Formats: sequence, structure tokens, C-alpha cells
Amino acid sequence: MSVDLKIKIGSMVMKNPVTVASGTFGYGPEYAELVDLNRLGAITVKGICPEEHVGNPTPRTFETRGGMLNAIGLPGPGAKGFIKKYVPFLKQYDTPVIVNIWGKGMDDYGTVVEMLDGEDTVSAYEINLSCPNVKEGGAAFGTEVDSFSKVVELVRGKTQKPIIPKLAPNVPNIAAFAKAAENCGADAVSIMNTMPAMAINIDTLKPELANKFGGLSGPPIKPIAIKLVFDAARAISIPIIGMGGIFEPEDAVEFMIAGATSVAVGTANFVDPGTIVRVIDGIERYLIEKGHNSVADIVGTVKI
Amino acid sequence: MKQEKTTVIEHHNFQGEYRILRLSAPATGPLVKPGQFLELQVPRLAERILRRPFSIYQADESGVAVLYKAVGRGTEAMAAIQVGEQVNIIGPLGNGYPEADSGKTPVLVAGGYGNAALYILAQRMKKKGIAFFGGRSEIDILLVKEFEKLGWEVRPTTDDGSLGTKGLVTAAFDPWMNQRGVGSGEQGVENIELFVCGPNPMLKAMGDRAIEHGFTAWLSLDKNMACGVGACLTCVIKRKTENGWEWARCCKDGPIFESRDIMWES
Repeated sequence: MSVDLKIKIGSMVMKNPVTVASGTFGYGPEYAELVDLNRLGAITVKGICPEEHVGNPTPRTFETRGGMLNAIGLPGPGAKGFIKKYVPFLKQYDTPVIVNIWGKGMDDYGTVVEMLDGEDTVSAYEINLSCPNVKEGGAAFGTEVDSFSKVVELVRGKTQKPIIPKLAPNVPNIAAFAKAAENCGADAVSIMNTMPAMAINIDTLKPELANKFGGLSGPPIKPIAIKLVFDAARAISIPIIGMGGIFEPEDAVEFMIAGATSVAVGTANFVDPGTIVRVIDGIERYLIEKGHNSVADIVGTVKI
Repeated sequence: MKQEKTTVIEHHNFQGEYRILRLSAPATGPLVKPGQFLELQVPRLAERILRRPFSIYQADESGVAVLYKAVGRGTEAMAAIQVGEQVNIIGPLGNGYPEADSGKTPVLVAGGYGNAALYILAQRMKKKGIAFFGGRSEIDILLVKEFEKLGWEVRPTTDDGSLGTKGLVTAAFDPWMNQRGVGSGEQGVENIELFVCGPNPMLKAMGDRAIEHGFTAWLSLDKNMACGVGACLTCVIKRKTENGWEWARCCKDGPIFESRDIMWES
């Protein structure tokens, strides 16, 4: 007996519903010795803006009970650097590539898509509108529906490829952002980015992160993400990529039942690089055990 | 680089608070180069999720051993690991020390149990030289006999003078270095090559001397890590470039850097 794990995000076909959370998997080569990249539903790479970006000073991460804070600050090679350094590598694999894009200003979002769109290896764009760790763009766009919509519309006008805005968790009404994304022509939404958070050293009286604040990730945020996916799923009909503390297949299945069509493994990659494949296999096992034929059979099936 | 489920075959006190954990790791062991490390998933550390990086003390076809000090949250849980238990590791990681320059006198410099990370290097290096080991007290100077057995001349220093020269490792190193004049052929100070592992202030002190006196010093940098494989960009340091500096990852581009490449942050 076999089940169909295939899903679609706009025109992008994923052989299974599991990808990685941007920033937790580098650009692919970092984990290639430990993970068979052909097994992934899609590879989501670290955030790219038009120009090279240096990121934040250190310390950039801090481990908390059950999770971690990060304020890496989106260092990266820029669009040209990405194409030169990583596209030839990513091309070798039979796995779609979702490029996470971000901008220091609104125009950057259009520019980076213009720079990347000619690359066949780039299958889709995840629009980072919610990074808590960069002063310039990110969060500012992601927490007001008007500016959020403007960015999504701008990107929509630049590409035929699927676009996937990534939503901030720290908004009063996630459904409004999900709906705005859908209205602006997004093919899916990613829920959620890390939760803005802070830790203070009680001896030095200073924040543990050089950036003062960061984003919390890992198992502590999973119930928050489940609720956000649940709320958004009732407002939109485009797919949701659910993420936040997925460490086991059961976590991924829970996201799907809440309303996610696809899921991303994030912080767990650092803990056990085998998590992705374990989650893919575990979803399949669950579907078989419950007598389902496809992923769609369980998406949004929560009983309330 | 491999991810391997290993079995603990030995775990015991070595000296003072220092312990040795030996793992049956046939996939990882044969790949290890001197100066590399592994990321170990510490069992029963449930509230802390990340792996812990450990220098590799010994490695052969059958596995790896780490030598560690049982302090801190991670290593306390380490101490509870039982023989026969499964431990998940990723390794070997990092660049490791480069091949030694056969025309130069190799010098090992270590602080605390940093010398455990130099053991494989000392073992595999064809030419043996001199080793400066510094520690707080006699109990913190490890592996002297082991390094001597490999053919190294060991000069210990202790903060309290309980073994060897009293003071920091520089208290023994500096007079030795000054004795060798510049331009005196093979004996000249410019013809030594340092391999250093220890706390960052010691690394910087050795790096400063290397630059001032014109010799090479390979330093093993320790910076908080998360993924260990170059993906998360937590463990970055400033590496000098022609036009300024760039971030370099200790876990992937390092942990070994030449003294001239490092831009120290205060």
C-alpha cells in the first residue's frame, strides 16, 4: 500500500510536503553530507537580499530552555553571490528550491526577484516580511497589513513563480495578514517566523544577544504556531507551510491537521540532521496507518 | 562528516575533574584529522536541545575519544553517561591543523585540557619538538607522560607553581623563544611553527608573539556554536581580508586559523 505524498504550491510540485525553515539549512551544501537533498520536498535557502549583507555582531544565538534565540541578522552573499556560489550546486538535485528574499527597503523586494527570476533553479520565493532581527526591513513590513500588502503586490508583479509571504507571529490577527496575502496573489503563506524574544544575563545585566533581541525557535513555540496555522487556515484557501518547533513526525502531522499543507523543519536540523527524513517517513506512515491516500486527506481536519 | 550512533565503550575519571569518554565509532574514527571536533548529543539534557562541541582527543579505525572537564550544564550531564549507552555524534567537523612544515621546529602550546586536542597532531607529526602546557595547578596539567612517550619535550607551567614554571604558559615560552635569536638558521625564532589550543586570551597572546617575531602560529578558536556544520552562522569570527574583514565560521572555516588572519575583538 502506498500513499501520494505529492503536494503543490502554485505551480511548484513538491514530492513530499516537507521543506526546511529558511536560515536553518544554509544554502544546501552545509548539510549535503548528512542529508540526502533529493529526499526533501523543497530546499528553502537562507534569506537573500539584492546586495551582500554582513549581519549582526556576536553573540548571535543563545540557548534557552527547550529552544533557542537567534539574531543572526541575515548575513548573505546577495543575489549575484547566491547565483554564482550556490545555484550550480543546487541544480544537481531533483528538488525544488525556495529562495527566501528580504529587503532593507520596499524596492529591494522587487530588485532581488528581478535578479533571481531568470534562474530555472529558483522554483519559488518565500517573502521574509517578518524577520525580527534586522532594523531596516523585515518586521516593519510584516506587522502592518498595508505595507505588507504593498510588498506582496510588488513581488507578484515581478514574477510568475509561486510567492509565499512568511508571516510574523506577533500580530493581533493573523487571519488579516493571510487574507491580504491571498488577495494580493500569493500562492501560499509560511507560518510562522520566530517569536520576538529576549534573554538577559543576570551577572552582567546585559542582553545575551549582541542584537539585544532575537527570535525564539524550537519546541517552545510549537503550540503558538499551531494556533496561528489554525486561525489562518479558516480565513484562506491557499496552502499554508506550517513551521515552529517541528522535531518529530507527530509535530508535522499536527500542523497538517491544524491546516498546513506543507511543513518546514527548522531548529531541529541543528539538533538532529536526520529529522527531515524521519518526518517525511513518519508522515507517510501516519497516512497509511489511518487509511488515507494523500496529504490532502488530513489537511485542516481538526475537529472543533 | 558523518552522523553516527555510537556506543560508549569506556567512560572514567582521568585526573581531577577530567574524564575520558571513548566511543565505538567506526564510521567517524578513520576520518579524523588533528584539530577536528565533533558535535555530541548529550543524553538526558532534555531541557537544552543543542549538541555540544568536543575536541577529539584520540581517534583510530574503531572510534573516537574525548577528554573533557565535568563543569557546566552540558558536561555535568555528560558525566552521567554509562558504558554501553548509545551516543549520537556528528563528526569529524572543522578544518583541522594543516600539515606541519618539515623545515621548522614544531611547538605545541596548550592551556588546561586544550592539549587533548593536540594529541593526535603530536602523534602523527613526523618531527617532534617541544610542548608548553599551562594550567592552574598540577592537577590541571594532563597527559605529560603521554606526550613524552610520543617523543615530545614537555615544559609545564602552573599558576600556583605546583608543577614546572610558576605563571602563565608565556612564563616558560617567552624565555625559550628569546633564547633563540632571529636569523640563527634552523634554531632561529622565525623557524618555529606553533600549534595552539586553549582559552582565547592565551591564543591571542601566542598570536601576538607570532606576528611580532615572524613565526607561524595555528590557533584553535573556541566560539559558541549551534549547528557545527556551517549552516547557522552562530560561531563567526572576523577574518582579515585584503580590504578589511569578513565573517568566518569557526565550525567550518576553522576552528584552526593562522594568527595573521584573525581580527581580534575586544
